[in-house]
Amino acid sequence: MSTATEALPVRRAGQGTLTRLWAWVRHHALTAYAVLALAYLFLPIAIVVLYSFNDPLGRFNYTWEGFTLDNWRNWNHVPGLTDAMVTSLKIAALSSAFATVLGTLIALALVRYNFRGRGATNLLIFVPMTTPEIVMGASLLTLFLNFSIATGFLTIVIAHIMFNISYVVVTVKARLVGFDRHLEEAAMDLFANQWSTFYRVTLPLIAPGILAAGLLAFALSVDDFVITNFNSGATITFPLFVWGAARIGVPPQVNVMGTVIFVVAIGAMLANVVFQQRRAKALTRGAA
Amino acid sequence: MELAQDRRRLAPYLLLAPGLAWLAVFFLVPMFYLGYTSLQEGSLELGYTFQWAWSNYTDSISTYRDQFLRSLEYAGLATLIAFVVSYPLAYWIAFRGGRWKNLLLLLVIAPFFVTYLIRTLAWESILADEGFVANLLRHLHLLSANGRLLATSVAVVAGITYNFLPFMVLPLYVSLEQIDTGLIEAAQDLYASKLRAFLRVTLPLSLPGIFAGTLLTFIPAAGDFVNAQLLGTPRQYMIGNVIQSKFLVITDYPVAAALSFVLMAAILVGVAAYARALGTEKLTG
Repeated sequence: MSTATEALPVRRAGQGTLTRLWAWVRHHALTAYAVLALAYLFLPIAIVVLYSFNDPLGRFNYTWEGFTLDNWRNWNHVPGLTDAMVTSLKIAALSSAFATVLGTLIALALVRYNFRGRGATNLLIFVPMTTPEIVMGASLLTLFLNFSIATGFLTIVIAHIMFNISYVVVTVKARLVGFDRHLEEAAMDLFANQWSTFYRVTLPLIAPGILAAGLLAFALSVDDFVITNFNSGATITFPLFVWGAARIGVPPQVNVMGTVIFVVAIGAMLANVVFQQRRAKALTRGAA
Repeated sequence: MELAQDRRRLAPYLLLAPGLAWLAVFFLVPMFYLGYTSLQEGSLELGYTFQWAWSNYTDSISTYRDQFLRSLEYAGLATLIAFVVSYPLAYWIAFRGGRWKNLLLLLVIAPFFVTYLIRTLAWESILADEGFVANLLRHLHLLSANGRLLATSVAVVAGITYNFLPFMVLPLYVSLEQIDTGLIEAAQDLYASKLRAFLRVTLPLSLPGIFAGTLLTFIPAAGDFVNAQLLGTPRQYMIGNVIQSKFLVITDYPVAAALSFVLMAAILVGVAAYARALGTEKLTG
């Protein structure tokens, strides 16, 4: 791939300095553009982290007033904020666990079996990901309203499982497609039955995919505002707390928690990448 | 033997059943109830009853025409800007990323692990009246002395663009990364200029990514209400704001449901027309 771009200037060396200069500018213009785009992506994040150390004068944490560590030291001093965070984590744990199991089963069926209704199944997985969140949230609310089901913690969990299933299926499926079925056949040849083959061969091999899907589902659940907003009743999650506080001034502790979520999520993603690379290395070494 | 075959035939359905049942009950059935609610009539005190009240549709469309059009306008603009920002970035990662590709991709999605609302609030301080962006633009006379960024449509579109950017970058990257660079080389060997090779080879081959990216950005953008609420004023409100307040503040469920249905229908029609115009039906189907 890189040979294509590197070989060209050599091949065209005779075409004069002007062409080469133009090629140089263009080559670096693209890089400069990409770096600027990345800077743009990180600008708001830098603001979030920076303002977690701000010492705001009033209730609004919009302008820089001075450096302080107080917000980090008193991270749990805002009434309601810590409770909201705990509620969010509980919902995320429950909903991501359920969605991961349900989604993994669907992914297994889609990748390993030929069956009637595959197209319809794929469609049912795909459509929720392309439906505006507000329509999903609103339609769920009409379901609960028509059956007089009070909205609250449980309805949030139900909603989060619903929108997470599709993401789990897609993530696990990507991992399963590259899976070598011969390993399972070998185990069966060595007189392992279906269940022990699944537990000892299949599951360990697809575990990183399942883990990645679970983490994604957890992150999406903690982050969700729109669907939760429609189905929360009196329950307050972290994003709902921020929404409520936005009108009267968001305390800097919200930035502290935002920063922590960010660092934990990136840490988990990096750990997953490193873990998978190590495993791949160990596997190839074992094979050789 | 036959028993084993039966079991094999049944196995996929057993695996599918719980997950699909969940989606059926909590995704498909609610769509039915959304339609059912949209044809109800009554009031919150007396209760809403089903009446085939089609007037909910005609009334809501004529009353909230502006918000509908604004949603399409803002979402369209945001999608366009997101494309302009994302395509070179995705191209750069796919063709110049080398062994750093995965890390760069991680960098692209990393910002989106900061909660959606907090990200949007960060734009509130970036675009604030005394913020550095506003001051810079005033200095360059691109903004009048008492001009504002916050509470204008500029701020709302900027927020939407930023918030849905990964939905544009990722599909573009996937389609660009899959391109066989041999094809681009071949075009250049046949004396196509770099620009021509790009326009005739790379760009058409990345069309599925463009298609997926624009849709995945446009759809959530058109239904958004968070950016208009936090970065705009009621003059920037989109149809999402109307639906949200009708459902959760005013509790006029039938009209809110009708608006949701119209939004979804408009998006579906738009997607179909777009697919036809771009001629990518066979690519995605």
